[in-house]
Amino acid sequence: MSATANPIVQTPAAWILPYRGKVAMGCLIVAESAIFTIFVVAYIFYIGKSLSGPVPREVLEVPIFFTICLLSSSLTVHFASKSLEHGKRGAFLGLWLLTIILGSLFLFGTGQEWHRLIYEHGLTISTNLFGTTYYSLVGLHAFHVTAGLLMLLIVLFFAIAGRVGPEQTARVEVLSMYWHFVDAVWVVVFTVVYILGR
Amino acid sequence: MSSDAIAIRTAGATSRQWLETLHGWVTTVDHKRLGILYIVYALIFLVIGGIEAFIIRIQLMRPHLDFVSPQVFNRMFTMHGTTMIFFVVMPVLFGFANYLVPLMVGARDMAFPRLNAFSFWLTAFSGILLYFSFLGGSGLYGAGNAPDVGWWAYAPLTARAFSPGHSSDYWTISVLVSGFGSIGTAINLIATILSMRCPGMKLSRMPLFAWMTLVMSGLVLIAITPLSAAQIMLLIDRYLGGHFFDTQAGGSAAIWMHFFWIFGHPEVYILVIPCFAFVSEIVPVFSRKPIFGYPVMVAATVCIGFVSMSVWAHHMFTIGMNSASNSFFVLTTMAIAVPTGIKIFNWLGTMWGGKIQFKTPMLFCIGFLFQFLIAGLTGIMLGAAPFNWQLSGSYFVVAHFHYVIVGGILFGLFAAFYYWYPKITGRMMSESLGKLHFWLFIIGFHLTFDVMHIPGFLGMPRRIYTYEPGRGWEIWNLLSTIGAFIQGIATLVFVANLILSYFKGAKAGNDPWDAWTLEWSVSSPPPAYNFSTTPAVASRRPLWDRKHPEDQDSRYE
Repeated sequence: MSATANPIVQTPAAWILPYRGKVAMGCLIVAESAIFTIFVVAYIFYIGKSLSGPVPREVLEVPIFFTICLLSSSLTVHFASKSLEHGKRGAFLGLWLLTIILGSLFLFGTGQEWHRLIYEHGLTISTNLFGTTYYSLVGLHAFHVTAGLLMLLIVLFFAIAGRVGPEQTARVEVLSMYWHFVDAVWVVVFTVVYILGR
Repeated sequence: MSSDAIAIRTAGATSRQWLETLHGWVTTVDHKRLGILYIVYALIFLVIGGIEAFIIRIQLMRPHLDFVSPQVFNRMFTMHGTTMIFFVVMPVLFGFANYLVPLMVGARDMAFPRLNAFSFWLTAFSGILLYFSFLGGSGLYGAGNAPDVGWWAYAPLTARAFSPGHSSDYWTISVLVSGFGSIGTAINLIATILSMRCPGMKLSRMPLFAWMTLVMSGLVLIAITPLSAAQIMLLIDRYLGGHFFDTQAGGSAAIWMHFFWIFGHPEVYILVIPCFAFVSEIVPVFSRKPIFGYPVMVAATVCIGFVSMSVWAHHMFTIGMNSASNSFFVLTTMAIAVPTGIKIFNWLGTMWGGKIQFKTPMLFCIGFLFQFLIAGLTGIMLGAAPFNWQLSGSYFVVAHFHYVIVGGILFGLFAAFYYWYPKITGRMMSESLGKLHFWLFIIGFHLTFDVMHIPGFLGMPRRIYTYEPGRGWEIWNLLSTIGAFIQGIATLVFVANLILSYFKGAKAGNDPWDAWTLEWSVSSPPPAYNFSTTPAVASRRPLWDRKHPEDQDSRYE
C-alpha cells in the first residue's frame, strides 16, 4: 500500500521544542495558582466577618524579617543555577545551601508566629472565621515551602555526592521555577493577610 | 505418571504466564496500555452508574412506587452523578487522549510515562474509595453509608450536623484524589503536545484532536483545582472544626456554590471539548474532505475555553444575586453560544458537498451534531435568568444536561469507539451490530430525554423520590423509563459488539478508513515503540501526502 511508502518530506533544519520539564512546571504553577486564588478569595471574602475575636488587628504582627528571608532566597536560587550553568561548583553549593537556610528561616518564622497565636492568643483553626481562613491560607503556603525545601535538600545531597553538573542545569532550573512561584505566592499572601486584612 | 508431571508443569507455566501478563499491565508505563486501562476502567463504572440510573428510573416509573427507600434514592442520584462525571466520562476521555495524542503528534510515548501511570492509579483508587463507602461509610448508628448529598454537595448539607458518619468524607476525598489524577494527566498531555511533536508538526499542522486536547487540559488545570481547593476547605470544616461553610459562625453557604460551579461549568467543556475533537477527526474522514475552517475551529475552541471560565453563576440564578451579576452571567452564557455555533457550522461545512459514507462512527457523529444543537438551545433557554427562575431545579434542567452528556458527549464517545477500535485491537467492529446499536440507542435516548422536558414544564422538581398521582407527570415518567430500558438494551448490543469483534472481527490493517492522521500509519495495534523511525510531516494531513505524492497538501500551505 502506498501508505507505507517513505514520505517525501524534507526535515526542517532546526526542530527545537520547549523543554518538557519547564512546560510541566509551568502547568503545575498554573494549577497551583488556581488553588491559591480560591483560598485568597475565601480569605478576602471573610475579612471582618468573624463573629467573635481575636481579630487580625489585635494579634497579627507583620513578619518583615522572614519575608525578606524568603524573597531573597529567590535571588540565591537564581544565582545558584546560573553558577551551575557556568560550572562553578563551589558557588552553586554555597548559594544552594544559603537558599535552604533562608527557606528554613522563613518556615521557622511561620512556626513561631503560629505558636504565639495559639498559646498567647488562643487562636486556632476552629476559633473563628479569621482562624479558619488564616491557618488554611498561610498553612497551604507553608506546605508548599516545606515541599520545596525537601526537593532542594534532595538536590543538595546529590550535589554533595558530586552528581549535579552543568548538564543538569535545565532540571535545576525547573526546581528554581517552583521556588520562585512559592515566593511570588508569599507576596500575595503577605499583601492580603498582613496589609489588606489588618 | 509422566503425563501428570507434564500437566502440572503446564498448569504452572500458564499460571505464571497469567501472572506475568497481569504484572505487565499493573506496572506498565506505556501510554497505549494506560489508555486502554483508563477506557476499560471507565466502561466498568459506566455499567455501575447505569445500574444506578435504572434504579432511579424504576422508582420514578409510577407514582407512589416503593422500589427503594427515600434514603437509598438520595444515595443513588448522588452516586450516579459523581460516578458518571468523575469515573466514567473523565477517565474515558483521558484514555482516548492518552492513547491517541502521542500517536497523532508522532511521539513514542507521553512526556512523563511514570507520571502517566501514577495519575491513572490515583484515578482508579479514588473510584474504588468512593464505592468502598457502601461498606465502610457507616460511622455512626443511623448514619447513611454511601454519600447522599447530591453530586454538587451544597453546604450546609455536608456539615457534620447534617451529614454524620463518613459518607461525605468518602465523597470528598475520592473526588479530591481523582482531581489530583486529572491534573497530573493534564500536565502530561500539555507537555507532550508542546514538547514532543515530531519534526515538521508545527502547532498549525497539529490534528484538531491534539489542539482540542490541549485546550481541554488547560481547562483541567484551572477548573479542577478550584474544586480541589473547595474540597480541602470542606475537609478542614469537617475534621478540624473550621467555619468556611458554617453559617452558624458567619460562614457562607453561597461561597461553596460559587467554588463548586467555578469548577462545575468549565467541567462541562472539559467533557465536551474532547468530543468536539472526536467529531473533528471523524467527520472529515467520512466526508472525504479536509476539515472546513481549521484555524477558526482552533480559535473557537480556545475562545470556548476562555469564556467557559466566566459563566458559572448561571447555575445559581435562583439564590438571589444582584441584577448586575445576573445580567453579566446571562450575557457570558449567551456569548459562549457563538463559538459553539461556529463549530457546528464548520462541521456542516465539512460535510457539505462531501462524499459522505454513513458508517457507524459517522452516524454517531451526525447524532451528536443534531442533539448537541438541541442541548445548546435548551441551554440558552436556561441561561436566560427569568426563564431559569421558573425552571431551575426542575426536570427540565435534568433533561437539558442529559441531552448534553448523553446526546452530545456519549454519542461522540460511541463514534470514537467505533472509529479507533480497529487501531486499538486490530479488528473491525461489526457494522450491522453497530447500526443496530445506533438506532436502538437513538430511539431510547429521544424517548427518555425529549419526553423528560415535559414534566419539568409541569413543575416536577428534580431529586424527588416519588410523586402524587394526578399531576400529569405519570405518562411522561413511564415513557422516560421505557426509553431508559431501550438505551440499556442498546448498550448491551454495544458491549456485545466490543467483545465479539475482539475475537471474530475482520482484520483491520493499518488504515481501514483511508484516514490522514499519523496514528493510521503504524500497524494495528501499534508496536510498543509506536514509530520505528521518527516521522516527519509537511502538512495537516501527512498520510494524504504519502498516498498522493502527486497532489500533496503541503503545496497549498
